[in-house]
Amino acid sequence: MRRTAPLLLAVLALLAAGCEKKTRQPAVGEEQKGGAEQPVVREAPGEEDTLLLGEVGSLTGAQATFGVSTRNGIELALEEANAAGGVKGKKLAVRVYDDQGKPEEAAQAVTRLITQDKVLLILGEVASSNSIAMAEKAQPAGVPMITPSSTNVEVTQKGDYIFRVCFTDPFQGYVMAKFAADHLKVKKVAILQDNKSAYSMGLSDVFTEKFQGMGGRITTRESYSQGDTDFRAQLTAIKKTRPEAVYVPGYYSDVGVIARQARELGLMVPLLGGDGWDSEKLFELGGSAIQGSYFSNHYSPDSPEPRVRQFIDRYKKAYGGVPDSMGALGYDAARVAIAALERAESLTGPAIRDAIAQTKDFPGVAGTITLDENRNAVKPAVVLQVEEGKTRFVTTVNP
Amino acid sequence: MSELIQHLINGIATGTIYALVALGYTMVYGVLKLINFAHGDVMMVGVYMGYATAFALGREARSSLWGVLLIFLVAMAGCALLGLIIERFAYRPLREKPRLTALITAIGISFALSYGFQLDIGFLPGAAPRAFPQIIQPVQWFTLGDPEFPDVVLWNWQVLSLLVAVGMMGGLQFLVYRTRFGRAMRAVSHDHRVAALMGIPTDRVIAVTFMLGSALAAGAGLLYAIKDTSVSPMMGLMVGLKAFVAAVIGGIGNVPGAMVGGLLLGLVEEFVVGYAASTWRDAVAFGFLIIVLLVRPGGLFGRVAAEKV
Repeated sequence: MRRTAPLLLAVLALLAAGCEKKTRQPAVGEEQKGGAEQPVVREAPGEEDTLLLGEVGSLTGAQATFGVSTRNGIELALEEANAAGGVKGKKLAVRVYDDQGKPEEAAQAVTRLITQDKVLLILGEVASSNSIAMAEKAQPAGVPMITPSSTNVEVTQKGDYIFRVCFTDPFQGYVMAKFAADHLKVKKVAILQDNKSAYSMGLSDVFTEKFQGMGGRITTRESYSQGDTDFRAQLTAIKKTRPEAVYVPGYYSDVGVIARQARELGLMVPLLGGDGWDSEKLFELGGSAIQGSYFSNHYSPDSPEPRVRQFIDRYKKAYGGVPDSMGALGYDAARVAIAALERAESLTGPAIRDAIAQTKDFPGVAGTITLDENRNAVKPAVVLQVEEGKTRFVTTVNP
Repeated sequence: MSELIQHLINGIATGTIYALVALGYTMVYGVLKLINFAHGDVMMVGVYMGYATAFALGREARSSLWGVLLIFLVAMAGCALLGLIIERFAYRPLREKPRLTALITAIGISFALSYGFQLDIGFLPGAAPRAFPQIIQPVQWFTLGDPEFPDVVLWNWQVLSLLVAVGMMGGLQFLVYRTRFGRAMRAVSHDHRVAALMGIPTDRVIAVTFMLGSALAAGAGLLYAIKDTSVSPMMGLMVGLKAFVAAVIGGIGNVPGAMVGGLLLGLVEEFVVGYAASTWRDAVAFGFLIIVLLVRPGGLFGRVAAEKV
């Protein structure tokens, strides 16, 4: 057996090679699959002349596009800063670790960044559950952390070293409730939430509270677990309550399938969601079933603002494809970090923390960033509608 | 009432897939007394083979009758080969070793497949879920209730899946109880040493059993992919586990037991989610297993059936 085991693996690999090669070729939207580059280390030569930042993201796993987009945005910001001479005369570099979308891996990566790589500050994650796990490591170590796009309230409550450059779920839930009540003018909404995700449960709670406050009715709240592929039982129960819309505050990897099965069961009402929908994979997984549905988001790629257009052009040139909001927020988070490093009196944890906390009226591509006393950004949200292979800007909702 | 019908349709669709996968567990257990934990992952590999074939065929050809048959054929043949290789190189060398060794090997293969397929090197698909192409053009065959909120919807592919599943089960039943090879299989399952003394080529019988089970898994996997559209390398773990539960509920080693167990489990899950809380689904599924084992330790069909496969 000792000799046959490697042989077995080799044979398995060969077998799969024979059958699977074609997988990579055509497929709709397949080219964009940025799934799984190896962890990238981008360092300028000469250790002493380099300021090292850390990043943790889901470069592989079910939510891989989140991590990849964020990393692209951060890289772009660093390249620009380095081209402009770096910070305090030193070049910037970032060390990226993949957490496969798992909180325990994210926590481990942070420990490694702090103890082994001795980074100045940490950027990440997208999923709130992962950011919370990271914050629990970064806060006691006194290393500042900026999450580009985690919206759950709890993340920045972990301590005074934890910041975010996006809005929070109470606001995002309010945005969709308001949109449903005022724009769609619906009265009865059902909810399908992901009970394994802090993000989804938080949004669902806020939406319920706000929507009921506006005179709407929640017909039922059903749950699923991330990674399920059969939602028919929940959707059948939802259909029975005859809602006028269904709020699905989940991640794109599940939402696409949910949309297909809802339509299959004859539930044709629009689906509503949050920024977890924002990925071009949504169009592939949801097909025509997801078209016509709405979600709240950090920015719209349709925005005419010059700094947004400029960012989108650069991003397209570097990575191909329109940046989603994770890309935009990764870019913003890195630029806020760079500006803070430039302002900080010294390159110690407390000094950098204080510098980040002073961020005010910072012109980000996903809205102007002012950090409040709870270290959250206060800024407007947009509502987008899904069309064939792209999104369309519908409206902006201010805080 | 009409909601109940919809839940029945959903539950049977899920249940048939559990049943088909459970058949593979049960057959292998029957001849080897081995719980092949890699079975669900073999199913996953079959789905990706079907996926690759579907894309190789292109949009037009893959939804034609011959295209669909070819997809099933490639996936089932490929998985049969994979089953053969796993049996030959992983399990056969351990045949005379304690049973636990083979069990742990099975878990190892399961992880090697499900995590190996998450890599994004070369041919491997990477971890992100993908949409399985619509190889059967969906047609609504039947609706009930008002058109805006139909109470019951039945699609062509749901009926086709059920027919394919029943066909596969029928074929297996015939093979096991009506053919010479089936008799050899049953003999091996009774006692493979004595069977060998009677001149039955036990190694070959076991290898073919593995191939059959794996091919069935590939078929079940494709039905699953047609039904739920999203495929990912981890899909085999949970389906495999549920199918294993189904096989134990029905009485592991028993062919009709696996089918009944699969259908029961699918329906129980559907009704729990539909009428109680969706969070309870897995807890009830596994609780159901515990209750069945308390009342009938051999599973529903475990004792009454004299013959095992």
